[in-house]
Amino acid sequence: MRFGVVTFPGSNCDDDVAYALERVLGFEVVRLWHDETELSGLGPEDCIVLPGGFSYGDYLRAGAIARFARIMGPIRNFVKAGGTLIGICNGFQILCEAGLLPGALLPNHHQRFICKPVYLRVSNPDTPFTRAAPLDRPLVIPIAHAEGRYYCPPDVLNTMRARGQILLQYCDEDSQCTPQANPNGSVEHIAGIANASFNVFGLMPHPERACEALLGSTDGIYLFQSLVTQRTYSTSQANQ
Amino acid sequence: MQQGSPVDVSIALKLGLTEEEYERIVTLLGRQPNFVELSMFSVMWSEHCSYKNSIKYLRTLPRSGPALLVEAGAENAGLVDIGGNLACAFKIESHNHPSYIEPYHGAATGVGGIHRDIFSMGARPIAALDSLRFGDLDFPIMKRLVRGVVKGIGDYGNCLGVPTVAGETHFHPCYNYNILVNAMSVGIVEKDKIASATAGGPGNVVYIVGAATGKDGIHGATFASADLGEDSHEDLPSVQIGDPFMEKLLLEATLEAIGTGAVVGIQDMGAAGITCCASEMSAKAGTGMHLNLDAVPLRQQSMEAWEILLSESQERMMFVLDPKREEEVLRIFDKWNLLWAKIGYTDDSGLLKIDHRGQRVAEIPADALVVGGGAPVYDRPYQRPRYMDAIESFSESDIPDVGGAEEVEIVLEQLLSHPTIASKRWITEQYDFMVRTNTVHPPDQYDSALVRIKGTRRALAVTTDCNASFVFADPYRGAMMAVAEAARNITCSGGTPLAITNCLNFGNPYNPEVYYQFVHAVRGMGDACRAFQTPVTGGNVSFYNQSEIQGQTIPIYPTPTIGMIGIVEDLEYATSLAFRQPGDLIYLLGNPCRVIGCSVYLQHFRGVEYSPCPPFDIEEELKLQHTLRSLIRQRRIQSAHDIAEGGLLVALIESALPRQLGFEVVVPHDSRLDAALFGEAPTRVIISIDPSHRMSVESELSKAQVPYALLGCVTTGSISLNIGPLKDITHWAGIYHNALSHALGN
Repeated sequence: MRFGVVTFPGSNCDDDVAYALERVLGFEVVRLWHDETELSGLGPEDCIVLPGGFSYGDYLRAGAIARFARIMGPIRNFVKAGGTLIGICNGFQILCEAGLLPGALLPNHHQRFICKPVYLRVSNPDTPFTRAAPLDRPLVIPIAHAEGRYYCPPDVLNTMRARGQILLQYCDEDSQCTPQANPNGSVEHIAGIANASFNVFGLMPHPERACEALLGSTDGIYLFQSLVTQRTYSTSQANQ
Repeated sequence: MQQGSPVDVSIALKLGLTEEEYERIVTLLGRQPNFVELSMFSVMWSEHCSYKNSIKYLRTLPRSGPALLVEAGAENAGLVDIGGNLACAFKIESHNHPSYIEPYHGAATGVGGIHRDIFSMGARPIAALDSLRFGDLDFPIMKRLVRGVVKGIGDYGNCLGVPTVAGETHFHPCYNYNILVNAMSVGIVEKDKIASATAGGPGNVVYIVGAATGKDGIHGATFASADLGEDSHEDLPSVQIGDPFMEKLLLEATLEAIGTGAVVGIQDMGAAGITCCASEMSAKAGTGMHLNLDAVPLRQQSMEAWEILLSESQERMMFVLDPKREEEVLRIFDKWNLLWAKIGYTDDSGLLKIDHRGQRVAEIPADALVVGGGAPVYDRPYQRPRYMDAIESFSESDIPDVGGAEEVEIVLEQLLSHPTIASKRWITEQYDFMVRTNTVHPPDQYDSALVRIKGTRRALAVTTDCNASFVFADPYRGAMMAVAEAARNITCSGGTPLAITNCLNFGNPYNPEVYYQFVHAVRGMGDACRAFQTPVTGGNVSFYNQSEIQGQTIPIYPTPTIGMIGIVEDLEYATSLAFRQPGDLIYLLGNPCRVIGCSVYLQHFRGVEYSPCPPFDIEEELKLQHTLRSLIRQRRIQSAHDIAEGGLLVALIESALPRQLGFEVVVPHDSRLDAALFGEAPTRVIISIDPSHRMSVESELSKAQVPYALLGCVTTGSISLNIGPLKDITHWAGIYHNALSHALGN
């Protein structure tokens, strides 16, 4: 599996994602530019990452302009063909704006930017994005955002819950999802979701910032390693 | 053809120049200036751009050293060799007055400006630091200022993608009318990719790149060089507006352009805008520059020549390109969707020739405008401040000592909830401190933040420090101690100090008492930097930090902020301030404190503002730091923490907090207990070690003749002193962590 990392004007975690994937985890990485009309040969067996940052400054609404970038056309086709797509932070916001994931990311309930490591419960461990994660403890991965309060209408939430599309939820160190442990006020403590076909994953936490011990955690590795971990995967395993 | 009739001295006075300076201009030009020319002189000769009242003393600071690649001028950043093919460019700058008037944009553009100074040298900014001084939180507008400044710094740096990793935030009533916002940028550059702020030679083309030019910030440099007063809010148009997204594009395009090797010279358009870039780049190369203002992209069409020349619109760069290779660079600007315009060319005339609407609006020798050229240099008179009498008449015996454990707890509670000492998480969580994935985690558990250099085993250690109370009480010694504290913080976290940048925040230099503070502080800083072999690579002088309120002059405490970088040769040496495990032995390195002068305890708990600066011996300091570095390299140390604001007991609590541990100690005191516990004498460090290293550590300390005392040991959470037990760590954690968020709200 190769990884494509997209740079939009204003992306600022593109280098970090590429570094983690290439230099720390040893994957092959292809850099993609927002204005391109093709994906440098990446195919359905590969993964594209929309990294964090402030695409186009996010002056309008986070991700609202990036969804119109030229590369988003080929990315839609790539997803339709079964390719894997991950949106981290601003990338998640772009995926919601582009309609590739349901719901929206609203300003944090306290109206402030917040940067800190958080605990995350892996709510569906049986997905291509989470199957390498440990089951006996929450993951520790940092967040850094001002607009991370995930919201979707109740019927969408029920559907996602039933299908196991809620992958990560904010929790405390004992894996309890409490309001105190929710850093932005997201509905159902949601930190990360997948689409119904489980080939698009959006999350507010930054796994690329949790791939080396000196950064405070290596739990981000589980999320990337899951993609290349062979384990039986079934969408019927919706739980919690 | 010369436009505009000559103007006389009355206009010069209105622009902030003196009569003497007007005469100097007439002499330099050989004629009377017109309004445009006079405006250019007024900004270039403002304190902010010309350093006219400080340069004489700045030149006494050590500017060279073994690690310095490029010797610094007073006006630009030096470059420090950090091993391999890499150099570090770093600088600190103030944005005090704009931040008082408009905290959000004032602070944001301060951050933007200092990063441009760094990436215009070809260095990628890898870390930001902020040294902030606020007034009393109960002062009417102060909470709004804190919230605005913090949000401004955060929004700008977060969007730009440069981690804000360290800094300091102090609160003291002396800043009620004049807060300080000092922003520092640290960048890394490959030695063969260093860019210079020069016009090169004649025949090059001059481009303006980035944001369009608007009316914001006109006369910002002059504004920064005047006292704040009750009507300062009317200066609002002097505050610039920041656009971090534009800066991000400019950053990437600039580094990519410099990488081609086709860029002759580049300079950030900061204070005094086009005027400053054109004159400094030309003067440096000994060339002239012929500019056509009609080519400058404007935000509004009605701008006059002087407005275009003086505009401080943010996120703009002046590029000087080789005409044979300009296409190559312009393609990069286009790739990043940046606005660019060719606005002129360089020649060998030595003159700035400015055309607008078909007329020559200014013609000035470039050299006449700049530092080291025509700009005036002053030596102001100074005299010992009268408040020194009050300091000298302080008598410690008038202050009661603390009694038993109960009173110690009361003092400790007040200190831990004092915003200068309390946890700054409310602030630092609003900054992205992790982007670029180099910040050794968690940065607030190291005395200086550590930023890994990718592809190496090394890290940069970065810190800002200044205890203004010390400098107020004794400018010479206090400034020395600021350098020593910065070095101590770098040493404690495992680094070796390399070099400093300074941000000299003082009152009005025309006040002889203020100038006394300035002269002596610079002397102290120079002596300390020579002793530590940490040259000064550049910095910024911010005078006029005082306000006229109801006829009374209220100057700030002199605050010469030190921004220091050091190198951690191997990440293995990274040493946290946090106690690691129960049973580890706790030592005090350095002499027990016998004074309470200038302590937060004395000021805040006893209400005494005038007291002497604690004694300081730089030889002792060097010895202690040298020995500590040696112990760290031998991996004998579990934790190391500088004793600073709040004194020994606060330092112990700070070391215990991260892992919710405690300590059982006997604090040596042969005089006052409050001095031993809460005094703030320098040259003291708390370390903890594994008991198995006891003999080797003690013998090394003895051999080096570093005074030390075994205080006790780390516990699982209980706290006790020789005078009895205190409440355990969870109690103090609550106070320490919640004080600032309680005060500033959610």
